[in-house]
Amino acid sequence: MATRTIFHSPLRPVEDEQIVGAGFAPDVSSDYTTQAEVRAYQRESVTKGDKMNSRGLRSQLKDSVPVAGLCPQGAYGLQDSLRSGFTSIKNELLPSHPLELSEKNFQLNQDKMNFSTLRNIQGLHAPLKLQMEYRAARQIQRLPFLPSSNLALDTLRGSDECIGFEDILCDPAQSEVMGEPHMMVEYKLGML
Amino acid sequence: MALSTILETPGAGFNFDNAARNVAFEGLFDGAQTPKPLKTGTTIAGVVFKDGVVLGADTRATSSEVVADKMCAKIHYISPNMYCCGAGTAADTEKTTDLLSSNLSIFSLNSGRNPRVVMAVNILQDMLYRYHGQIGANLILGGVDCTGNHLYTVGPYGSVNKVPYLAMGSGDMAALGILEDGFKHDLDLEKAKELVRAAIHSGIMSDLGSGNNIDICVITRQGVDYIRPYQESEYKQSRNIKYRYRPGTTPVLTEKVVPLKLEVVQEAVQQMDTA
Repeated sequence: MATRTIFHSPLRPVEDEQIVGAGFAPDVSSDYTTQAEVRAYQRESVTKGDKMNSRGLRSQLKDSVPVAGLCPQGAYGLQDSLRSGFTSIKNELLPSHPLELSEKNFQLNQDKMNFSTLRNIQGLHAPLKLQMEYRAARQIQRLPFLPSSNLALDTLRGSDECIGFEDILCDPAQSEVMGEPHMMVEYKLGML
Repeated sequence: MALSTILETPGAGFNFDNAARNVAFEGLFDGAQTPKPLKTGTTIAGVVFKDGVVLGADTRATSSEVVADKMCAKIHYISPNMYCCGAGTAADTEKTTDLLSSNLSIFSLNSGRNPRVVMAVNILQDMLYRYHGQIGANLILGGVDCTGNHLYTVGPYGSVNKVPYLAMGSGDMAALGILEDGFKHDLDLEKAKELVRAAIHSGIMSDLGSGNNIDICVITRQGVDYIRPYQESEYKQSRNIKYRYRPGTTPVLTEKVVPLKLEVVQEAVQQMDTA
């Protein structure tokens, strides 16, 4: 279709592809249906340097992180029946609670949104430097079966000055069940 | 006891493991028998007057058709200059306002300033939007700060409205009628208290979910006056007889005394440092 070729132009520079969070993929198939609107948009985007139409190119984004769904994590995506019980296809495809997926990926999505805004405002160096610091702070952990304080990571994120539900509910330091230490270390190292 | 099924430490925050099980339960019970959360079924109202904000609430908490609490406190403390009335699920309003109050006190300790009402509203809005209405809290937030007297409402999905007078809850229609009729800008204190009282009273009279006493909270620049109860319900019953038993009501049949023999096994003396 004539409308599509404009958006998929190979001359578009790489910087136009934004880091887009999982929640920000608007449906562009219904936009710009008439030729007159398309021409008007072309005119405007040339004058304003508008980069908004690249949001629809989610499949071409090179630096987007795939959102972890509910699939089992084992090899080839098969569920380990011995440890996790019987499988249910419905539970893998659909979340049983409307908030399950969004809560699981909430921090990830927030970070993506913030970094993409920062990149747009200050350029590439700002999120790069911050992410380098995050990676360094994330490596300061105790052994997998021991609770880590994540002090450096909290300070970087600013969550040491906030209290949310993650500080009150299901505190890992007070969990009622304990994992087998050897197995947890093996899982973390990928040997399991 | 170490379980070999746990390969990672469980994440903090909400745990959705039982959601699938609950959905299956609802199918088994054919609707009506699953336990219902405690809702407040409320009338709450707020009015901005010349020197500050007046908030009012009834005190009944219902659990379906039964009155669960006759003296429930619906006006929650947020900060020395802000109070919040909550309607909806009782636990949700309680926890949300507690979290908000903790966050604002951390802020004021860090920065040395009194929190502003807009900050509380923004925190609430972000928190409630994140959970997409699953947290059932309809809140009326009122306070006085350096920028003036403010009254905001926050809905369960994170919608915010800034208004001079407001009523929420199941009795809000009746209360809003009284407020619409009697509200003027820059009322004085007594008239504002009387207006809020009349609004809550009409909510109590017209709505089954509201009742018992009326609480009023007046917030001004000088301080807070939390009057609980401002008006007691005229249908309050007093107990006719006392339910205490006089001593001697139960006859003693036999008595047997067994002395416990305790011997000193170990004695250790530690000197106290008195300096």
